[in-house]
Amino acid sequence: MSDPRPGALHFGIGTFAFQYDDAHGDPVPGSQVLRDVVEEAVAAEQAGLDSFGIAEHYRRGMMDSAAPVVLAAIASRTQTLRLGTAVTVLSTQDPVRVYNEFATLDAVSAGRAQMIVGRGSAIESFPLFGFDLADYEALFDEKLDLLMRLLRDQPVTWAGRFRPPLTDQVLEPPVAAGAIPVWAGVGGSPQSVIRAARFGLPLMFGVIGGPLSRFVGLSRLFRQAAAEFGQVEQPVGIHAHGYLADTDEEAIEAFWPVWSGMMNAEAPKRGWAPYRRDRFDADIAAGSLLVGSAETVAHRLATGMQLVGATRFDFVAAGSRMAHADKLDSIRRFGTEVVPRVRALLDPSPTERAAR
Amino acid sequence: MTGGIDPIRRVSILGAGRVGTALARTLVDAGYQVTLAGSGDPEAVEMIAAFTAPGARARWARDATSDADLVVLALPLHRLPSLDPTILADRVVVDAMNYWPPVDGIIARFEGARHGTSIEVRDVLGLDRLVKTFNHTGYHDLEPDRRERGHPDRLGMAVAGDDADDVAAVVEVVERIGYDAVALQRLEFGRLIQPGGAIFGARPTADDIRRTLRPLIQRAA
Repeated sequence: MSDPRPGALHFGIGTFAFQYDDAHGDPVPGSQVLRDVVEEAVAAEQAGLDSFGIAEHYRRGMMDSAAPVVLAAIASRTQTLRLGTAVTVLSTQDPVRVYNEFATLDAVSAGRAQMIVGRGSAIESFPLFGFDLADYEALFDEKLDLLMRLLRDQPVTWAGRFRPPLTDQVLEPPVAAGAIPVWAGVGGSPQSVIRAARFGLPLMFGVIGGPLSRFVGLSRLFRQAAAEFGQVEQPVGIHAHGYLADTDEEAIEAFWPVWSGMMNAEAPKRGWAPYRRDRFDADIAAGSLLVGSAETVAHRLATGMQLVGATRFDFVAAGSRMAHADKLDSIRRFGTEVVPRVRALLDPSPTERAAR
Repeated sequence: MTGGIDPIRRVSILGAGRVGTALARTLVDAGYQVTLAGSGDPEAVEMIAAFTAPGARARWARDATSDADLVVLALPLHRLPSLDPTILADRVVVDAMNYWPPVDGIIARFEGARHGTSIEVRDVLGLDRLVKTFNHTGYHDLEPDRRERGHPDRLGMAVAGDDADDVAAVVEVVERIGYDAVALQRLEFGRLIQPGGAIFGARPTADDIRRTLRPLIQRAA
């Protein structure tokens, strides 16, 4: 089973489960943030969206440290929504445990589990779980190999550097080979793109800025590499942040303090210079930050997806940093106003097609 | 005319990742003959080059550097020990790398690099013609931020090195790809343009760079 099929459009919501301040400026308790995430997922399904994805971090103010648990809660409140991650930091997890959790999630949700796996750009999980950053690349290669074997071809006999070997191992609950879609999340490294092609995985570009055009060559590279590895062609997706409001101006002014605050909190940790308004405006114009009215965002998104050859888009509504009500509002606007417009722009009706 | 060394025509980039491929595209665009080399067989790099830097040729690192006027180091810093320094002997070499613990892991030598990471790179590889540049812009900004000479929004790029002729040759490359170069006449000033420094990732103009770095350089002198 291949899902989503190449060519079929897929629109999801992503979240980092950021803690936010209430109307009095006090931080909302983390437990409440997680219950809000469940409500946001329910809203995503009601707005007609295809999937909901939770990130993985281990830092103050971010509640996304145990995605499968939250996804299981969402499963009990939804019927059609696919439940996934964005991303699972596979480098510092045990693929056996990841299998256990997602096979269980797939069971309780009647086949709705999916995931995006990546190396992660945040590194807190390395010291936390006792891994050495020097093994950054080797860890991911080995763990992806084991996870894909567990998902595709049990019983598994396997040996590697980072966990005990497996001999004729069968894990429960069972999952049909390939039934849980696994996407490879990449930030733009050609080597990561080729790795995804080698494993025959669909490819998700994580975008935090810069022109989308930089993914065009990588997207072509992915398709060519998959063909050379003898793999079936797999879809390409884009994961990006944004905020929707009635007008472009309203959305831009409301999102600027949120996004610049987020980037500038990260800047000293990563040696970045302060994030400036000219960059923000450029990222919005280039379609790597989807901020504006539904109509504006729909056009930028359709253009961006076409440019990159993407059929999936995951929207991190309100940068996932704004208040619950703002996130709900952006999720609803995205599902009910942006997505139908993008679908129409990307996939015209047969009559329109015939007229071309 | 500076006239110290012949103008650069052939550029060899070591590292075919995000940075290497972005530099390759930019240099091809500016009319340079560009070769791209990864850590091993060029066959693996050939496909990357074909799609992400059309016009650049994939070669073994040794062949690529043998006839290059300029070699650009664009590999992850933790891979530096895998590089054979003999292939860099007598070449003008650009260090476009940054020490990036999330990718490189903690490397004591670079953690404690008081004079900047380029000085360590110079010493590890035993180079005497090292120039630091390209590193303070994001790999995804390098192309969209290019502007023709004289454009009011043209941005700056700092070029730090000990040999004035080598710096001048690299300055010409930087100018030609689309930035106003600001020469810093000591390699150790590279520390001012690395992560944590005031202009790193800041998309500065040449004036911004001069204004920001002048007091820091004067203090160091």
